[in-house]
Amino acid sequence: MSGFAPNSRRKSKWEPRKPLDASERQLTSAMIASLSAEGADTVSAPFGKALVELAADREDIVGLTADLSKYTDLHVFAKAYPDRFYQMGMAEQVMMSATAGLAKEGFTPFATTYAVFASRRAYDFIAMAIAEDNLNAKIVCALPGLTTGYGPSHQATEDIAIFRGLPNMTIVDPCDALDTYQATKAIAAHEGPVYMRLLRGNVPLILQDYDYEFELGKAKLLRDGKDVLFISSGFMTMRTLEAAKALQKDGVDCAVLHCPTIKPLDVETILAECRKEGRLVVTAENHSIIGGLGEAVATQLMVNGVTPAFRMVGLPDEFLDAGALPVLHDQYGISTEAVITKVKGWVA
Amino acid sequence: MRLFVKYSLINANEQLLVSAAAQVKNRAQMNLRDRLMTQTDRNELLAELKRRAWAIRHKALRMGAVQKQGYIGQALGVADVLAVSYFHALNMKPEDPEWEGRDRYLLSIGHYAIALYSVLIEKGVLPEYELETYGTDDSRLPMSGMASYTPGMEITGGSLGQGLGIGVGMALGLKRKHSDSFIYNLMSDGELGEGSTWEAAMSAAHHKLDNLICVVDFNDQQADGASTQMLSSEPVDAKFEAFGWYAQRVDGNDMDALLTAFDNARNYGGHKPRAIICDTVMCKGVPFLEAREITHFVRVDEDEWDKALAVLEEDKPA
Repeated sequence: MSGFAPNSRRKSKWEPRKPLDASERQLTSAMIASLSAEGADTVSAPFGKALVELAADREDIVGLTADLSKYTDLHVFAKAYPDRFYQMGMAEQVMMSATAGLAKEGFTPFATTYAVFASRRAYDFIAMAIAEDNLNAKIVCALPGLTTGYGPSHQATEDIAIFRGLPNMTIVDPCDALDTYQATKAIAAHEGPVYMRLLRGNVPLILQDYDYEFELGKAKLLRDGKDVLFISSGFMTMRTLEAAKALQKDGVDCAVLHCPTIKPLDVETILAECRKEGRLVVTAENHSIIGGLGEAVATQLMVNGVTPAFRMVGLPDEFLDAGALPVLHDQYGISTEAVITKVKGWVA
Repeated sequence: MRLFVKYSLINANEQLLVSAAAQVKNRAQMNLRDRLMTQTDRNELLAELKRRAWAIRHKALRMGAVQKQGYIGQALGVADVLAVSYFHALNMKPEDPEWEGRDRYLLSIGHYAIALYSVLIEKGVLPEYELETYGTDDSRLPMSGMASYTPGMEITGGSLGQGLGIGVGMALGLKRKHSDSFIYNLMSDGELGEGSTWEAAMSAAHHKLDNLICVVDFNDQQADGASTQMLSSEPVDAKFEAFGWYAQRVDGNDMDALLTAFDNARNYGGHKPRAIICDTVMCKGVPFLEAREITHFVRVDEDEWDKALAVLEEDKPA
């Protein structure tokens, strides 16, 4: 069979598969809650809740969606402020144009859809109507990277690469419920266009155990360590924190620098951490290894003459398989176990 | 950085002069509109609008002569539409292009900028001497219209099929602000090929945007030839009606018909967005260019700009 990407598990579509016993089935449906280690606390709809709180004081805040309010937690806002919510239907292009129009009239619109539709389908409308005019519009998108088993139509593995090339655009990739909640408030306070990747539904709560607060444009050191420096964003910071705990037991001391603002990058903090000698730098992202956080960090290291040993954890440059999310995360090397295995190999 | 200097190039004195002249013009216009219009008034208004349309054509040709190129065919064709828009329909303050109470006029077709600059100069929003900067380096009048370069240019057009959708958002915004202002979106027939136009058309009707007026310049020309031969949008008026709009189709070079259509669009009582499809002739007003095998970017030889101006001069309205 030709045509399958190198990391694919796929077998021929002409080969019938026997159903497994119910106990062995790995189902495609996976909630965002499953991203964290078992037993972690969750918070429901942190983005929707933050937006409702913001809207109480700020009449300029309005919400738009392209038939995905329930799947982007914007329904929470729609319920609280029905007259400030615009259902635009399954029409992402006009949603982004109308978002620009509302921003031009002085409102602060939050537009939601899936990351694939914003980055692929509506890109020109975001670029020319919103970013070129530097409008105060917020684009908040669910299903970033590999957070669904539906296959490439829903897996936004290159959204950050697309938006990093867009002038004026700020890009945020929060880790958990706390990060999402605080980032929502921070981007509302920021004047200018923002693209935020969204974890929705019951979202794991991880960062309350760390001395952490989201600041737009800042990377934060969550733990220190002398052997490895993880630089991670999005839910991969959950994974690097878990991996760091596990690797500790094997005598590998790992630091974790959480970098939720991908653009503008906190170059100062990243360079300062990477200048500390003797550490392997490992970037980790829920995104293609092309055009994401890893490449952004690598570029800054190179042009600033900082040259630690450097490795990247991220999704391969492929259209990914459909399937069960935990299996896919193992397969494509972004599960906690996969990160641990890779780091052990690199430090051996 | 241009964003911060777009208003600074007119010095204070000139600004005052421009502003005073504009206020006189504006008062005359408002008075005409406020009176119950007799046939004599209407004839006067039509004569005034024809003079304005001629002046818009004249300025566009002078701008084209600077670059020895430009979308002059479109500018000459759409001049009558712009005259009735800016000298009858629009509520605006030329001295304050960002006045909150203004009607917003969106130029979706960025390459028609030469036409919009002409009317903005004629209206007194921009000083006439800047006409000679058209398309030159550091000009406020770039070849394609952009919001951050030019006072009175509401949006960055040029990526075709975006203006109507932005208009939808602005119209929603005006309603949120309980504003009586209207949004006008000027687009071309070529843009009817973009799917986003029809998303916006559906959206405008769904949200009952009776403060949105879409003006389509139907000159049946686009980059590769006749629009109706590239991807036919006909029947355009019936399509807009089917999408829930109040639609009119008029001869876009007939001032009387345009005046009626623009008034109808504004005064229509239903809660629908309004479309005015204007059938125009490329290069209208300069017969030797009208007769040329027209393409999207009409060929004008270097010595023909003066010739075109001379032809237009002969036809100057009283």
